Amino acid sequence: MKIEIKNGRLIDPATNRNENASLYIADGVVVGMGGEPGMSDGSEASNGEALRNFTPDKVIDASGKIVCPGLVDLCARLREPGFEYRATLESEMRAAVAGGVTSLVCPPDTDPALDEPGLVEMLKRRATMANLARVYPLGALTLGLKGEKLAEMTELHEAGCVGFFQADHPIRDTMVLYRALQYAATFGYTVWLRPQEAYLAADGIAHDGEVSTRLGLAGIPVSAETVAIATITTLMRETGAKVHLARISSAAGVELVRLAKSAGLPLSCDVGIHHLLLTDRDIGYFDSQYRFTPPLRSPTDRDALSRAVIDGTIDAICSDHTPHDDDAKHVPFGEAQAGATALETLLSLTLKWADNQQVPLPLALKKITSDPARVVDLKAGQFLLGAAADVCIFNPQSFWVIAAKTLMSQGKNTPYLGRELQGKVTHTLVNGQLVFPS
Amino acid sequence: MLTANPQLTADKKLKHLLTTEGLPKKLIEQILETADQFVSVGDREVKKVPLLRGKSVFNLFFENSTRTRTTFEIAAKRLSADVINLNIGASSASKGESLLDTIDNLAAMNADMFIVRHSQSGASHLIAQHVKAGIAVINAGDGRHAHPTQGLLDMYTIRHYKKSFHNLSVAIVGDILHSRVARSGIHALTTLGCPDVRVIGPATLIPSEVERMGVSVHHDMHRGLEGVDVVIMLRLQSERMSGPLLPSAHEFFKNYGLNAEKLARAKPDAIVMHPGPMNRGVEIESGIADGCQSVILPQVTFGIAVRMAVMAMVTGN
Repeated sequence: MKIEIKNGRLIDPATNRNENASLYIADGVVVGMGGEPGMSDGSEASNGEALRNFTPDKVIDASGKIVCPGLVDLCARLREPGFEYRATLESEMRAAVAGGVTSLVCPPDTDPALDEPGLVEMLKRRATMANLARVYPLGALTLGLKGEKLAEMTELHEAGCVGFFQADHPIRDTMVLYRALQYAATFGYTVWLRPQEAYLAADGIAHDGEVSTRLGLAGIPVSAETVAIATITTLMRETGAKVHLARISSAAGVELVRLAKSAGLPLSCDVGIHHLLLTDRDIGYFDSQYRFTPPLRSPTDRDALSRAVIDGTIDAICSDHTPHDDDAKHVPFGEAQAGATALETLLSLTLKWADNQQVPLPLALKKITSDPARVVDLKAGQFLLGAAADVCIFNPQSFWVIAAKTLMSQGKNTPYLGRELQGKVTHTLVNGQLVFPS
Repeated sequence: MLTANPQLTADKKLKHLLTTEGLPKKLIEQILETADQFVSVGDREVKKVPLLRGKSVFNLFFENSTRTRTTFEIAAKRLSADVINLNIGASSASKGESLLDTIDNLAAMNADMFIVRHSQSGASHLIAQHVKAGIAVINAGDGRHAHPTQGLLDMYTIRHYKKSFHNLSVAIVGDILHSRVARSGIHALTTLGCPDVRVIGPATLIPSEVERMGVSVHHDMHRGLEGVDVVIMLRLQSERMSGPLLPSAHEFFKNYGLNAEKLARAKPDAIVMHPGPMNRGVEIESGIADGCQSVILPQVTFGIAVRMAVMAMVTGN
């Protein structure tokens, strides 16, 4: 099967390609980029020779649209196994490709947690059978995410885990954290941690500040994040472990990451897209759609996060996709589950952020394609000749209304419900196959 | 996302009472003036007016309270309403029924008004947004967030003794962090134009950035009480008396308990208030609680009139 995607604007952030050009796909892989097939522009990527006799079986007209590598998302909860009442692998993978996401990393906070190879193999097998987006699981760092005993990292790695994560369950015992980092470093595995000190965050519900004080919600101080980052980076120095910090939320946290990176520590980090757009002010009158973990913080924090994404201190933007059933949010704020469904809004919201911050489109796309791919060391998020053709095509001008009906995800929980967003995915290809629309 | 104030109708009348925050000054004054008319009802031979005749008022207490529930019950009965008391802590919630399911069931019994106390901040807002038009919700205390009828009865009491708010200094003392009474009082005072509201307590009991609510923070009670017209003491929950927040009730009383020596720093005609129930010897010395400056019992009496006023107003009277 040969496909030509033509008349679109081809943006490949990893190689700074940004031009009106065609993308040529044959047998599932990228075989060329450029003008007319055979009309080599001289660059290696245009692959003029191979395209001399390219006759497409299918042409996708991308006039007025952007053609970019499929999105890579560093945190998407698929809810299997254990939480099928919230979402299923099938529903969430459909949501992923509807949002242009072709590779996704899923955290181990399932039930049971992904702490044994059989579970990981089953998840990977089910994902392959669904034949939609690519799924890269993170194994549980400790058994049952309890923060006590190490999970079998080598076994999990061989089963396909791309790293080890504690999800939203901070390790209370610092010695366990120290040993986990030491052990992971022995084999060069990356440890993922959401920096949150367990005791400082214990009963907290919202960012500790003016809004939590006014609403009478127990606060989570910024120090819950900074103390954790300071502990983690100190232990990184001693153990040599490679760490990815998931979901940075504060200006002070960003500052510590910046220092650690400039000291040469093998540290990367990401931010959830909602934390770049929203603040604790948006909670309004206890709107539980705005409950997040970590909490939405102050406007100053949000602005610092934005700057850090732009200057590269924060490596990637992720959806932090967390689908819930309706009941999870129709309770008082303090009892509501945290998080939002976001695979389908990641692109639109990233475009909105880029527009707000006047960030050039290629840089914004880089943060949801090649930069997150680099964090996980994936050969994805860019157009490579001979590599799998994972493609996202979107119309940057079209508007769509976020509604229960328009979302494929089983979770309809998002602060943007009922609002209109700009930028809609029109086609998604994985391995050169059209997976959206199906 | 901020939407219109959920407790007001489009023409700025009281639909629910959820918090004193964002209540227009005129409306608070109207509540206090309405309460004036109800104060005398308690002194009559027949302590009833027929304003809420035929209306069903549900007292929904998800958190135990005898005193507040009783004052609401009395207020509703004096307005001739039918009152149904539900102690939910011991029924539906413990059987796993969700909050909104409970509300739907009671609404199906043709409730006209819910008086709600709940341990979660924002519970009353959630209920108010959920119920159909025509059902009023009155917040009788939600978590740490608000206790608006207490805030309003405190305003009624202050106005009764001090006449105006414009030159007043008011100190609120104790556990500000966990206090819905403090929050409701602060919003009402700043709305009514009180120029000097102080909160006094140890740093462990003062919430972050509370200055943004328009108050000043004092840790030294002697200095904090200097020249004030009103002292509002707060209740300290017993589970907080010793632990990471405070070393002991004894040390709390030493630093922040109201005694004659500390009260001497206030104006000679300063009044002393407390929302009750009091811990004598923890927040307040017995001699002060029972002394000539104490208006703690009049607060209770005024509380019934204020609650009658609010109930009358949310039902369109």
